[in-house]
Amino acid sequence: MTERKARRTWGKGWGPAVPLLLVVAIAFGIPAVMLAAGAFTEKGAPGEPSSYGFANLAASLREPYLGTLLSSVQLSAVVAVGGALTGTFLAHAVLTSKSAMLREAVLSVSGVLANFGGVPLAFIWIATLGNSGVVTVGLGLGSGLLYNFWGLAMVYLYFSIPLMVLVIAPALEGLRPQWREAALNSGATTWQFWRLVGIPVLAPALLGGVVLLFGGAFAAYATAAAMVGASVPLVTLQIADALTGNVLVGFENVALALSLDMIVIALLVMAVYLPLQRRSSRWLR
Amino acid sequence: MTVEFRGLRRTYGPTVALDGLDLTVAQGELIALLGPSGCGKTTALRCVAGFERPDSGMVLIDGNDVTRVPANRRDAGMVFQSYSLFPNLNARDNVAFGMRVRRRPVAERHSRADELLELVGLAGRGDRYPHQLSGGQQQRVALARALALAPKVLLLDEPLSALDAKVRVSLREEIRRLQLELGITTVFVTHDQEEALSVADRVAVLKDGRLEQVGAPAEIYDRPATPFVAEFVGTMNHIPGRVTGDRVEVLGQLLPIDGTAPGELVDVLVRPEAVRVTPAEAGPALIMASSFRGSTARLRVQLADDSQLLADVPGHDAVRLAPGLRVDVSVVERPVLVTARAATSDDESVVSA
Repeated sequence: MTERKARRTWGKGWGPAVPLLLVVAIAFGIPAVMLAAGAFTEKGAPGEPSSYGFANLAASLREPYLGTLLSSVQLSAVVAVGGALTGTFLAHAVLTSKSAMLREAVLSVSGVLANFGGVPLAFIWIATLGNSGVVTVGLGLGSGLLYNFWGLAMVYLYFSIPLMVLVIAPALEGLRPQWREAALNSGATTWQFWRLVGIPVLAPALLGGVVLLFGGAFAAYATAAAMVGASVPLVTLQIADALTGNVLVGFENVALALSLDMIVIALLVMAVYLPLQRRSSRWLR
Repeated sequence: MTVEFRGLRRTYGPTVALDGLDLTVAQGELIALLGPSGCGKTTALRCVAGFERPDSGMVLIDGNDVTRVPANRRDAGMVFQSYSLFPNLNARDNVAFGMRVRRRPVAERHSRADELLELVGLAGRGDRYPHQLSGGQQQRVALARALALAPKVLLLDEPLSALDAKVRVSLREEIRRLQLELGITTVFVTHDQEEALSVADRVAVLKDGRLEQVGAPAEIYDRPATPFVAEFVGTMNHIPGRVTGDRVEVLGQLLPIDGTAPGELVDVLVRPEAVRVTPAEAGPALIMASSFRGSTARLRVQLADDSQLLADVPGHDAVRLAPGLRVDVSVVERPVLVTARAATSDDESVVSA
């Protein structure tokens, strides 16, 4: 193939993707570059020029910011693992039930609930289990149920479990009944089938779901802001405070450094997920 | 080991999948369960495997009632219709799976798996994953996996139906070779009559969950017990005939009747290869179409009354017996099966394949 032909083929392959790449570059690339640049920019004293360095990043990895970062990671991990397990069991139960109506209903409701978030989500939980919530008062459960780490985790699970159902359902449907029968036919118990075949085949999809749920919880802001305020330290709330000068002024670039930390954490999680996902897609082909 | 179906009945709601199936498979025999979709052949096989529990009746393996024995404790290896290899395991580990769950040492199970892969013609391919194997190779691995624990019975659920024609023929011969070599009692489910007739010691034809006929392939083909078997196995011409004593008059010939005639006006069932076609300038029949099949050619012939029938002639006659040629048509002199004349056939020949 001549060099010109090769160039033409390359151009044909990428040509249709150009509009998408433009959107990505404008909507994600430019903000990411600005964010990175800001994170490495150290503001000088009044009248002094700014300089570049790692001070903001270093600050973002020291207290009090480190604590909020770790708290966010903890909360996201709890929501991701809890949501993934619960969502998987729920999806499996629904998909193996004989009722097509139940299956359709659960998948439809999951589609709605998975996209339910922000202040409205905080409000329904406050109205239900808040200090003056209907259930709290009705059952005399006492106050403070909702406004802590586990309360927030429960609220995040409200949209994370349905999201997991949607993510894992196609993978569960891809598990062929013949694999289970072939395993039983070879003398395996149901548990041995799941341990040796079912879970390994599902593992990449499960991990994909965990990554997605982790990302959703890690980046969530409005629900936490409306519900717990500063009582649960979260990096998103910290970024908002630093950007708006809510507590201290002049920490905007530390906020950008915190955002950069979040991107790095997300990339690390994706780096584990992508190779596994590639392997899974070959298995379920 | 023998396999016995004793009064097996299985229903799914109002649908009766098996309706009192009685059948015994002898030690070392390969029996084909043949029938159209929904006739109950796969259900019968799954009852032996333990994946279906009959509503009533029993499944006996070597005289022992296994009807209530869980699938993972039955000594039966099964090959499924669709490629059912575990996608996360390579060919060797797929074959060794049963030994792994039985906690056999790694070295032993790998050596046995390699031995079996060699037996099915896949030596040196143990490291390949299912997605790296062709359909035929995958079914060979599945066969090796089914044989890995030296089961008493081998169950084959349409194992060749997803393969292309050439691979299908070679693999069915391979299955037969292995079955004879190992002397394993085998139940082979198929809807392909050619497959059933070519590999089985005996063929059991099922219809609506009932056994229509069981017998050697030649017996099933040449002496079908019922019109259903006659029509399902092979192609059949229905030619109107009139019974005279113990004979039937068809195409101007008087042929002996195989069995009893249901009345005076009947349909005579004649295989295409039992129809003789000879060129005749003023012959009453006309060749309408010819389909060359290599060793034979199938002719569609129009009779004087405008009805049509099929005839198989040697392939080398295909050029001589071309469409548009006038011919004489007769039937080979031998006893023929007759059925009550179908309302639609009145005086016309009908072909069923």
